[in-house]
Amino acid sequence: MPISRRTLLAAGGTSLAATLAAPALVRAQSTSAPIRIGEINSYTAIPAFTVPYRMGWQLAVEQINAAGGVLGRKLEVISHDDAGKPSDAIRLAGALLDESRVDLLAGGFLSNVGLAISDVARQRKRLFVASEPLTDALVWEQGHRYCFRLRPSTYMQVAMLVDDAVKLNAKRWVTVSPNYEYGQSLVKWFKALMTQRQPGVEFVAEQWPALGRIDAGATVAALAQSRPDAIFNGTFGPDLTNFVRQGNTRGLFEKRGVVSVLTGEPEYLEPLGDETPEGWIVTGWPVESVTDATNKAFIEAYRAKFNEMPKMGSVVGHAAITAIAGGIAKTGSVDTEAMADGFKGATFPTPFGPALWRAQDNQGTLGTYVGRTAMKNGKGIMVDWRYVDGAAAMPTDEEVRKLRPG
Amino acid sequence: MDFFLLQLLTGLASASSLFLVAAGLTVIFGVTRVVNFAHGSLFMLGAYIAWSILSRLPRTPEHFALGVLATALATAAIGALLEIALLRRLYRAPELLQLLATFGVVLVVQDAALWFWGPVDLAISRPPWLRGAIEIAGLRFPFYDAVLIAVGPAVLGLLLLLFHRTRWGLLVRAATQDRDMVAALGVNQRVLYTSVFALGAGLAGLGGALALPQGSANLQMDLAVVTDAFVVVVVGGMGSLGGAFLAALLIGVLQAFGIVLLPKITLVLVFLVMAAVLVLRPHGLLGRPQTAARSEAEALAPIRPAGAALQAAGLASLALAMAAPFVVGPYLLTVLTEAAIAVLFAASLHLMMGPGGMASFGHAAWFGIGAYAAAFATKALGGGLATGLLLAPLAAGTMALVIGWFVVRMSGVYLAMLTLAFAQIAWAVSFQWVEVTGGDNGILGLWPQGWAMDPRAMYWLALALCVGGALLLRRILFAPFGFALRATRDSPLRAAAIGLDAPRLRLAAFAIAGAAAGLSGAVFAYAKGSVFPTYMAIPHSVDALVAVLLGGVQTMAGPIVGAVAFTVLQSWLLTSEFWRFKLGLLIVLLVLAFPGGIAGAAAAAWNRFRRYQP
Amino acid sequence: MSTLEVRDLRKSFGAIDAVAGLSFTLAPGEMLAVIGPNGAGKSTCFNMLNGQLRPDAGKILLAGPNGTMQDITGLPPREIWRLGVGRTFQITATFASMTVRENVQTALLSHHRRTWRFWRPANRHAGPEADRLLARVGMQSQADRPAGILAYGDLKRLELAIALANAPRLLLMDEPTAGMAPAERTALMTLTRDIARTEGVAVLFTEHDMDVVFGVADRILVLNRGHLIAEGPPAEIRENPEIRAVYLGAHI
Repeated sequence: MPISRRTLLAAGGTSLAATLAAPALVRAQSTSAPIRIGEINSYTAIPAFTVPYRMGWQLAVEQINAAGGVLGRKLEVISHDDAGKPSDAIRLAGALLDESRVDLLAGGFLSNVGLAISDVARQRKRLFVASEPLTDALVWEQGHRYCFRLRPSTYMQVAMLVDDAVKLNAKRWVTVSPNYEYGQSLVKWFKALMTQRQPGVEFVAEQWPALGRIDAGATVAALAQSRPDAIFNGTFGPDLTNFVRQGNTRGLFEKRGVVSVLTGEPEYLEPLGDETPEGWIVTGWPVESVTDATNKAFIEAYRAKFNEMPKMGSVVGHAAITAIAGGIAKTGSVDTEAMADGFKGATFPTPFGPALWRAQDNQGTLGTYVGRTAMKNGKGIMVDWRYVDGAAAMPTDEEVRKLRPG
Repeated sequence: MDFFLLQLLTGLASASSLFLVAAGLTVIFGVTRVVNFAHGSLFMLGAYIAWSILSRLPRTPEHFALGVLATALATAAIGALLEIALLRRLYRAPELLQLLATFGVVLVVQDAALWFWGPVDLAISRPPWLRGAIEIAGLRFPFYDAVLIAVGPAVLGLLLLLFHRTRWGLLVRAATQDRDMVAALGVNQRVLYTSVFALGAGLAGLGGALALPQGSANLQMDLAVVTDAFVVVVVGGMGSLGGAFLAALLIGVLQAFGIVLLPKITLVLVFLVMAAVLVLRPHGLLGRPQTAARSEAEALAPIRPAGAALQAAGLASLALAMAAPFVVGPYLLTVLTEAAIAVLFAASLHLMMGPGGMASFGHAAWFGIGAYAAAFATKALGGGLATGLLLAPLAAGTMALVIGWFVVRMSGVYLAMLTLAFAQIAWAVSFQWVEVTGGDNGILGLWPQGWAMDPRAMYWLALALCVGGALLLRRILFAPFGFALRATRDSPLRAAAIGLDAPRLRLAAFAIAGAAAGLSGAVFAYAKGSVFPTYMAIPHSVDALVAVLLGGVQTMAGPIVGAVAFTVLQSWLLTSEFWRFKLGLLIVLLVLAFPGGIAGAAAAAWNRFRRYQP
Repeated sequence: MSTLEVRDLRKSFGAIDAVAGLSFTLAPGEMLAVIGPNGAGKSTCFNMLNGQLRPDAGKILLAGPNGTMQDITGLPPREIWRLGVGRTFQITATFASMTVRENVQTALLSHHRRTWRFWRPANRHAGPEADRLLARVGMQSQADRPAGILAYGDLKRLELAIALANAPRLLLMDEPTAGMAPAERTALMTLTRDIARTEGVAVLFTEHDMDVVFGVADRILVLNRGHLIAEGPPAEIRENPEIRAVYLGAHI
């Protein structure tokens, strides 16, 4: 579903809290019970991302409630740690639905946890808003009426990078990506889209380090051995730090283009510090240099509350709440069936600007920034960046129809 | 050719890092027989402490060396504290109880590190000398990797000097061979054990500190490292420093070349190596058969059939359990369903571990195979609940029979680690065979249709199958087969001398345990509506171990009590802040208070009570 | 007719000949003692007879139920037991997690080929028979005690009861009285002799206590460095000057 220029302008022009508290949406029920969101995430298993994420949604809840809530009701988030295990997430989803009587479910970082909760939602016919899980399956192969997903998927992340990758005009590519579905899916899409866009491109080697246990020296040497023109990277977190350090010392990145997913996100860029390689084409968020009003407002509010710079996780956490609020506001109720219809096409503000829930596959159009890495005062930053709206990185409606059953 | 040399050197550098982690673990095991699950946590603390020290020091080589040494000393002190406060009290406790205690420590350290150092990965800024490279055959090789290649053998040399040239080292070697002899020599065993543990912890800290310049201190490194360390120690032969060094070389170099030839092998390579080595050499490369740890550990507790009081208590609990759906809310019902499943899972492990005398670190394999079998029955064969519940124990039992053939001839930690290797291989298959298993995204939509859709029906089904299954296992243990199995554990010599075929009995026990675990996995798959590789992952195997040890491995009611207690505790704490810290602390306290497990303590208390009765 | 016939049995460990060509026979009801200094080859001999060690050469023949001699050389312990050989160990080997009666019942279960049963409780199997065996060795009063807490002498008697569970034709006893008080030793071995006489069991035993050896043995084999240096009834061995010189010492 295309977004009209007017919606964009309207949403972008007003502050986020004001949008949600728009008089038309406020009903005379400010005294009624809060809208309850049951939230599940891998707070202990993936703290580097999820701790800022929690701070992000806490800020959003506070802001929305300060502005009068949604439908005149306050938002309340009941949040649990899934310990990184899908089976625990399933039990907690049940607890949230049955004991805490939440109106909808949200959260997830790991793809399998997201899919597990989504499956509960399908079975129980309750709404689930997946905030972070990136697997395409969530809205495509395993997509269903009750599951919405906020962030750009692995396909979208890759699609956002492909333009710049093609411009490198490199023939021999190698890939390195963590050995699980996320990493495999990244490489699969990158190969597919590159082959489509640049006839004659070759993939001469691939490395699949185990998540969290990369043998960086051997991996770097094995990649260098293939004498590639360019490298596609899907590793992140501790693996990325090890990979970059070995790569720097061994000169893997010299005179080679590197296209790297998520590396521009502050949580992954920060540990690279003064070893941040320069000129990598990455997705991420240039938190230091964004200048537009919505970003600025978010960063300032966040710093005021927590006294530290927000991370990508903070943005996702914040947007997850505003996206839910936007959907509920449009629906006008928290009835599950009504929300499953009403969320489709609903617009919402995010720190990156306005976005909406695509009607066709329940995917959010929250975008991400694409740019190049650079170093400033011993810290990694993003330069030459641009914001890519999620809507611009989707496959055609025709293709989505083939990928999404029902 | 140049690449070959470079990759060999790279492999040697990883081998050195592996050896540093494994050395401390093997020294600790050799002397104290403690299976120290917290070794990875000490490594992680080493990395974090090193970050705290090194990021405040000038970035010269001298200060780096000083900082690394200070870190090693600090972790050694932490290790000594751990030994004095916790492990010292457990040397006479039943086998593997220290594993449970150190698992508690792992949980505590995870939350403590998160609280103290925060969630962001911490890296030190590398000065040019740490960042530099040397030219080898026209290719760049990191200078620091070259340093590491030297550090491994240097540490090995220093340790060998320490063990062969000092009186303390003599005592350590004597204790590695025969603990009782050292006790008989009138040596202060306490000081010896504490110092050995401190040395091992210091080596772990050294490993963590030296790993820091290559990456970051982060909260995932403890578990990433501890399995590798165990593999190296076991492949080398437990307690053998030279063996650990050889094993580290073997694995480091194989890994360096393995990923060039088969890039996707990263998940299983070390476990394939371990399985191959153990099948060919059941005590590792340079290991010796373990001296019977049991004879000195504890007199085996007598196993008695339930008395009238216990039977009444059991029946009452069962009646309560059956009535639960009328009383408790839907969430508690889910927890109880999981508890029922955990009971069969733990009881099946207990059959192997207690009466069978075969501890397993990979029991989740059978659980997972059962769960996947149920998924295939539903998805591929289009079968219903009954098909899946029938197929699962068959599949898991058959696989266990095949794998058991390799396993039952071994003993002790080697046996446990071989089961872990097979479990990891099974896990990797489920993880990577995406076309069939869906990879880590799992198989969804297994919710049963019809009557079993009702959570209460699901609960009763789980109760009937799982608690019924556990009671059946209990029945088997009191039947002739169970006695024969226990006989082979109590005294292999006597068992053979009365005509018992120990390998066959153990193999049967292994297959029965596998089938029962498989059934519990299938029930879990239907109760959760989905199957994921995490069902066969190490943490799930650890769950079963914790349940059995918490309940009391030497009691028949142990697995039931332990599984219910652990499931309820975990699901109750999981929704609170710092749950890992609380759960870990609780486990440590329970271990200290009830070394015989909860059921063991209850039985002892009951016996005392009865003795005072007229 | 003999119960056991050993022909030219040999076993070496590296350069050391632990047993260098040993031959002897053993008749039903006979008490045969094997003596010799440490390292004489007694334990090696025992371990070959019961299947724990495979001989390098030689034959071990055991009388079957119909009197024909069967070759049992190199069979594993459990098969040798099936053919009617009971055994006790130098360091007692019993099942510590079971009661005294259950220990015997477990042996009886194996003897009756009831091991692979999964339902009926094991401790209901052959209770009276187990009690008879325990009564035979004077352990009936302790039948319900856990084996793990027995006194050492009682463990030895329990082992004897277990060893008798398969109604053996041959009983191998390695240092049966080690660790017992002198009075207990004689009592145990006198008991053993009674059983041997009444049930026609052939008993082969090693023993350090010479009072016991000369008190109960019908015949004695003397080993030294793997060789049989003498064989005969106690009186003859006692008077053999060579044995006095080599091994026994003047005090005998």
